[in-house]
Amino acid sequence: MTTTLPPLRRWPLVRGEVAFWLLHYRRTWRSSIVMNIANPLLFFVGIGVGLGRLVDTSASASLHGASYLAFLAPGLLAAAAMQTATIESAAGSFLSLRDRRNYRAAACTPLDPIDVLAGHLLFIAFRIATSAAAVLLVMLLFGVARSPLVLLALPAAVLTGLAFATPGMALGVTIRSRETFFNTFRFVIMPMYLFSGTFVAVDELPAVIRPIVYPLPLWHGVELCRGLALGGLEPGRAVLHLTYLTVLATAGLLLARRAYRRALHD
Amino acid sequence: MVRAQNLHKRYAKRRGAEFTAVDGIDFTLRRGECFGFLGPNGAGKSSTMRMIGCVSTPTSGELEVLGLDVREHGRRIRSRLGVVPQDDALDGELSVTENFLLYGRYFALPRRVIDERTRELLEFAQLTDKADARVDELSGGMRRRLTIARALINQPELVLLDEPTTGLDPQARHVLWERLFRLKRDGVTLILTTHYMDEAEQLCDRLVVMDQGRIVAAGTPRELIDAHCAREVVEARFDPDDLATAAKALGAALAEQRIETLPDRLLVYADDGEATLHTVNRQELRPITSLIRRSSLEDVFLALTGRTLVD
Repeated sequence: MTTTLPPLRRWPLVRGEVAFWLLHYRRTWRSSIVMNIANPLLFFVGIGVGLGRLVDTSASASLHGASYLAFLAPGLLAAAAMQTATIESAAGSFLSLRDRRNYRAAACTPLDPIDVLAGHLLFIAFRIATSAAAVLLVMLLFGVARSPLVLLALPAAVLTGLAFATPGMALGVTIRSRETFFNTFRFVIMPMYLFSGTFVAVDELPAVIRPIVYPLPLWHGVELCRGLALGGLEPGRAVLHLTYLTVLATAGLLLARRAYRRALHD
Repeated sequence: MVRAQNLHKRYAKRRGAEFTAVDGIDFTLRRGECFGFLGPNGAGKSSTMRMIGCVSTPTSGELEVLGLDVREHGRRIRSRLGVVPQDDALDGELSVTENFLLYGRYFALPRRVIDERTRELLEFAQLTDKADARVDELSGGMRRRLTIARALINQPELVLLDEPTTGLDPQARHVLWERLFRLKRDGVTLILTTHYMDEAEQLCDRLVVMDQGRIVAAGTPRELIDAHCAREVVEARFDPDDLATAAKALGAALAEQRIETLPDRLLVYADDGEATLHTVNRQELRPITSLIRRSSLEDVFLALTGRTLVD
């Protein structure tokens, strides 16, 4: 029997998955935004009046003449994007598959695993953007941005987040216990937070450690955001960072696509 | 509606071993009927349902649902199915109405259509006064009715129900059965799996009995009972210590009749229950209690596999 069937369009279905996440977000967005703003605010005040003074009096050349707060702020921006992305992707997809089981419900509808992945990823990108925008807002309030290009730090932070979100989603639907997620956070994300030039310029680190830092995705995000906020980002290095993060995000997406197919259908 | 031919599902296990969940089954489903898969846990019922629901790809064999090949048209088939999973998969944090809204969105239905159908389906599920309640606050029976109603949001031609009344109390089961009858009357084709023989007898026009991945018998409930069992059963309960002796004595006295030994009682199949009961009670070793009942699908299963459905 050959019948010509009308095409089944994909985008309306992906939107169905986005709608799921937005409806849930609608219940928590206020507290979520307060958290997103309060977090950098506390950090900035603490550093600005405390640690920052201490560092600035022994000012080092590697701060490029900026205050320590101005140096640190874009690092925190990139790190916040990483943190939001990891939690939303790995924990979000793990719970969606096993606890809340909304993935299981969606799998029985016309959505293919790739549609579920696309819809959830769009929402995660939105969440990374809102949390990055909150940090950026606080940066502008404190007047620590020196270049008008600082606004480009928002898409840069989103890209940084996506480099964590896509492998995070692959991880979330693959792991069998939440312990694996906590361990990843403890032993991968936290060290990366500390050693990616977020708090100290990589040039300041011992020469032995530096080669370990360069492949870290967060370092590329931090460099990108810092260059845009403080000015003086060389085009060649910008291309390198952008390419590195894009490759990671894409590789993660391919892994996630395979992992979602296996997890949602068999 | 559904046609399966030599359908297999094998899962890879660790160290290269394979587990065969469905081992070459054939069946055909007609529009408007209620078709049942009866069998114990692990018989392959749920794996078969998952393949019909296009969330699991057959390892080999052919499977057509709504006239379409499942390997090519999974998305399209799913868009015309209603699926009621065993574990509900409802969103407990959201309200009843919001659950309809989200599920309707998965089918890319416009808001207006979803709202309209939600009103009708709330009535169908007898949940109109719970429209704004959080799903977490509903009873098990209400949740199951909601899951069934939610599965109807896309007006499916075929509804798959996996163990629809497992875990419900008798009253909630009867309410649910009545709702399913109504669905069938409205022309919706139903497929259900169950390990309750009374449920299969109540609801199914035709059914297949599955055991260890294979279909061991097929037909209407009546046909199956007639083909595999005598009309009536005498159940005689004995002290477990006396069971073997009693079975031997009855076997000699009623040599023509089939006798099954269960852990706590003997089942004697008979065309004339009264006469058989009389014989049973005249033995030296008398049963603690005894009764006559009509043969059921439970007995069919026992006759076919030598095991009981629910233990």
